[in-house]
Amino acid sequence: MSNLRAPASGHLYCTLKDESSQIRAVLFRTTGTRLRFALEDGLHVVARGRVTVYEPRGEYQIILDYVEPKGRGALQVAFEQLRTRLAEEGLFDEERKRPLPELPRTVGLVTSLSGAVIRDMLTVLHRRCPTLHIIIVPVQVQGEGSAEQIAAAIQLLSESGWVEVMIVGRGGGSLEDLWSFNEEVVVRAIAASRVPVVSAVGHETDVTLADFAADLRAPTPSAAAEAVAPVLAQIVSRLAELSARLQQVIGRRMEEERQRLRLSTHRIAAVRVRVQEEMQRVDATVFEMTAAVRLVLQAGQSRLVRAEQGLMSGSPDSRVRHGLAVVPQLVARLHHGVRGGMLSRVQRIESCLAHLHALSPLATLRRGYSVLQRIPTGLVVRAVDEVRVGEDLQARLVDGRLLCAVKAVIRDASV
Amino acid sequence: MAAVKFEQAMARLEAIVGELENGDLPLDESLKIFEEGIRLSKNCLKVLEEAERKVEVLVQDKNGKKQLRAFSLDDDDVDAASLES
Repeated sequence: MSNLRAPASGHLYCTLKDESSQIRAVLFRTTGTRLRFALEDGLHVVARGRVTVYEPRGEYQIILDYVEPKGRGALQVAFEQLRTRLAEEGLFDEERKRPLPELPRTVGLVTSLSGAVIRDMLTVLHRRCPTLHIIIVPVQVQGEGSAEQIAAAIQLLSESGWVEVMIVGRGGGSLEDLWSFNEEVVVRAIAASRVPVVSAVGHETDVTLADFAADLRAPTPSAAAEAVAPVLAQIVSRLAELSARLQQVIGRRMEEERQRLRLSTHRIAAVRVRVQEEMQRVDATVFEMTAAVRLVLQAGQSRLVRAEQGLMSGSPDSRVRHGLAVVPQLVARLHHGVRGGMLSRVQRIESCLAHLHALSPLATLRRGYSVLQRIPTGLVVRAVDEVRVGEDLQARLVDGRLLCAVKAVIRDASV
Repeated sequence: MAAVKFEQAMARLEAIVGELENGDLPLDESLKIFEEGIRLSKNCLKVLEEAERKVEVLVQDKNGKKQLRAFSLDDDDVDAASLES
């Protein structure tokens, strides 16, 4: 297929060719809308139609009434084409994905009421979260008009505000059966939903465009139910645990604070004692300092007084006055001194005489002592060892002399 | 709406417990968020207690008006019955 043109009329014109030949082809609008995939240049197709002549140009042409991609199925081509287009639009972007609510109270289900799927989902949802409020919007999940129903149901749930999250899905089936979930209306409805959408189409191996647009793709409807419904018991126990921890931590904290308060009180008491001690020390120091200062002051004062006195006494005026007062004294002392000097000299002479008299040997002799002298030297004999037996000595008495001969020398043993 | 609030409340409660367990906050601040935590946990519990098990199905009456009806799994023929009623 080449040279594809699509004018406003809606009819499609192209050229079909192979290695050796070519022919113009027309696809009228009514036929074209029935195609599940879009025609593209370069597409290998198997086509069926009537050969006619286009008279204005005198050319053969083929009016197509059936076209199918060669090799791949039409659905697969359509799938890939739509996927590319919507992906380019950003409908499948990762940033668009919203997290599911942790504890939804209401969940919407867009699926068929017949079959095991609805039963499985309800069972799983209520097993995990017995208090869940579930709103089902029943739809045909295959066949003519099913895509529109699904899209409308998604839009309705999205806009109603009834649910916080929804599951869109169906059980397993053929590619044809699942096809509604590849339809553009469904994909766009999912992408446009105001609440997060979980897709659950067929089995794990089935991938639809609804899965790409959904906020979460669940491999199966049961898995979708598990993803949506939290285990209520876990939430209840988590809440209980948080409450318990809250009470515990505040209790512990209060005990710590009480302890700290007690400690602070003790420390304050200790500080008070120390403050009192310090106050005493300050007082004592102040006393000492006052006393010391007073001493210094006093010393300074007396030095000042002394200095003043010295200054006063050293003044020429007082010295002159003092000198003038001294003169008569000196005169008096001079007179007195002369007189006194004479008097004392007479007395001294008299006392000398008396002394002399007392020391005179004559006085001693008068008292009965005698002096032994050698002859002729007159040397006084003071000890018995100085004389020998037979020697002559003279003894002086107060009124004369005796000539004596030494008859014996008797030493006094006691001396 | 309530669920969003519930999750926020749980997250906040979690944060409060964490903060208190860290012990870095001054006492008056701790007491303040403790009271907040107590309030949150009570509210969360209330939300959980008030949640109600219910299954409803959207049906369309004869005039094309859509409304919610109670739905039961035991009702095997509910599909056709509900859609027609």
